[in-house]
Amino acid sequence: MITFEGVTKRYPDGTVAVDDLSLQAPTGAITVFVGPSGCGKTTSLRMINRMIDATSGRILLDDQDVRAIDPPTLRRGIGYVIQQAGLFPHRKIVDNVATVPYLLGWDKRKARARAMELLELVGLDSRLAGRYPFQLSGGQQQRVGVARALAADPPVLLMDEPFSAVDPIVRASLQEELLHLQSELHKTIVFVTHDIDEAIKLGDTVAVLRVGGHLAQMAGPATLLSEPADDFVREFLGKDRGIRRLSFVPAKGVRLGSAPADLVVDDDTRPLGWRSNGGLLPYGIFDPERDSLRAALDAALLSPNGTAIAVDGDGHVIGVATRDALDEVLRRHATGPDEQARESDGEVPVTDPRRAES
Amino acid sequence: MNWLIDFFGNAANWSGSDGIPTRILEHLEFSAAAFLIAAVIAAPLGLLIGHTGRGAFIVVVSANAARALPTLGLLVLVVLLIGVGTVLPVLIPLVVLAVPPILVNTYEGVRGVDADLRDAAYGMGLRGRQVLFKVLTPSALPLILLGLRLSAIQVVSTASVAAFVGLGGLGRFIIDGLATKTYSDVIGGAVLIALLALAVQLGFTLLNRVVVSPGVRQVR
Repeated sequence: MITFEGVTKRYPDGTVAVDDLSLQAPTGAITVFVGPSGCGKTTSLRMINRMIDATSGRILLDDQDVRAIDPPTLRRGIGYVIQQAGLFPHRKIVDNVATVPYLLGWDKRKARARAMELLELVGLDSRLAGRYPFQLSGGQQQRVGVARALAADPPVLLMDEPFSAVDPIVRASLQEELLHLQSELHKTIVFVTHDIDEAIKLGDTVAVLRVGGHLAQMAGPATLLSEPADDFVREFLGKDRGIRRLSFVPAKGVRLGSAPADLVVDDDTRPLGWRSNGGLLPYGIFDPERDSLRAALDAALLSPNGTAIAVDGDGHVIGVATRDALDEVLRRHATGPDEQARESDGEVPVTDPRRAES
Repeated sequence: MNWLIDFFGNAANWSGSDGIPTRILEHLEFSAAAFLIAAVIAAPLGLLIGHTGRGAFIVVVSANAARALPTLGLLVLVVLLIGVGTVLPVLIPLVVLAVPPILVNTYEGVRGVDADLRDAAYGMGLRGRQVLFKVLTPSALPLILLGLRLSAIQVVSTASVAAFVGLGGLGRFIIDGLATKTYSDVIGGAVLIALLALAVQLGFTLLNRVVVSPGVRQVR
């Protein structure tokens, strides 16, 4: 658990970057700091590992004031990932990853073995280990950055806009990968971004900061979308809040009907399309066990007849959801706070409906 | 061409206390001494100023002075002040000449390391000294070596001034040759100095291959 207690950062010229910030980043969850530039999100993050020291207030790391720990020692126990990866250009990838283990005095063989393990964990080919950073793509470098941060298995990970310098496709896959890693590692992660969609996708809790370093709202992503605290948060969240919130509603509650006769399936009951005069029409599928209501609705919109096909994990048809069936669920979630979505806030969901939507 | 044959073909030029081998050795001695003293002063200073950001004015002053300072003038001045008879009158101007390229390039090299890299290094938990020696210096090494190379070449080509104050070195061939109108000696001496400079250049190219990480060499 990381606790901010009335933390303020004031620079000598009088600028206040962070103003009396109090919040908690729970253990084992992803807390996202999001906000426009100048809102103090990066400053707040960097005060945790003392890259910047707070002017007043306290930051506690599991009840220990970070100011009581010598900065290099503190930082060796906290993973740190920055935007441009910041890999050491003169060191091979494997040695970059082993940076902190070397600093902690591990012997070289053990450190390198650990580095190889991590390269695999973040999805990098072991052949890249002997290369130098300039030989890797931006996305690969960023993965190395994450591997390096995890090398000494720190309980806490600080990520400062780690994915904002890569293209959208790579970014999406890095985000997926992070959620996947987190589902295994359960680190306490503080993640800074200016991208609200990234915040909503990754955060178990999202702290929206406004310019001047004030906390505007802190809530789970679904609550944030359904109940923005004020106009600033509402505006910052942007359009389509209603639709986006459906990403947090599991599709499990949708009433399934049996597959109608005009749904064509192959021998293995995988869908092929909707029968029509002289051909097959397109269709949309969703997996009620894993997908969100948003994915189910999307599947319905992809079919000309408005019916979404429900499939199991292997792609076999298990039923269909008509528009009426979807409407029933939508009505339940259309207004007011949503209990189901609430429950998943602030915890790590076992099956994460967000993962299906990227 | 004939002059070169006259100079290099003359067996008498290859032996004795004023022969080519002796003069080359003398020349290298002055140069190496001046270069090493300059490197010991300038490289640590450049690293320190680049790392801390304090004292950058020293670099600026040094860079400007280097452009304005006449080596020969300084040589005469030192001779007037402390007289001839020692190597000091030669060493001081050569060291003064050799310091700025090393200082400026080392400073620029360290200063120019990507801010993100510095940030990452501190963020990983490296201490100040580790950041300087494990991250900044290896990253800045191509520029540091460039400074050392420029300095060494300048010293080798300028060490001929030793002859002005009665000391040895390849400058002897030039000064004495001019005095006696033996132009084959003048040209032969000049060619030898040029060859030495080339050898220094080559030496640094090889050194670059050995000490600079391929990861850094490629980036520049």
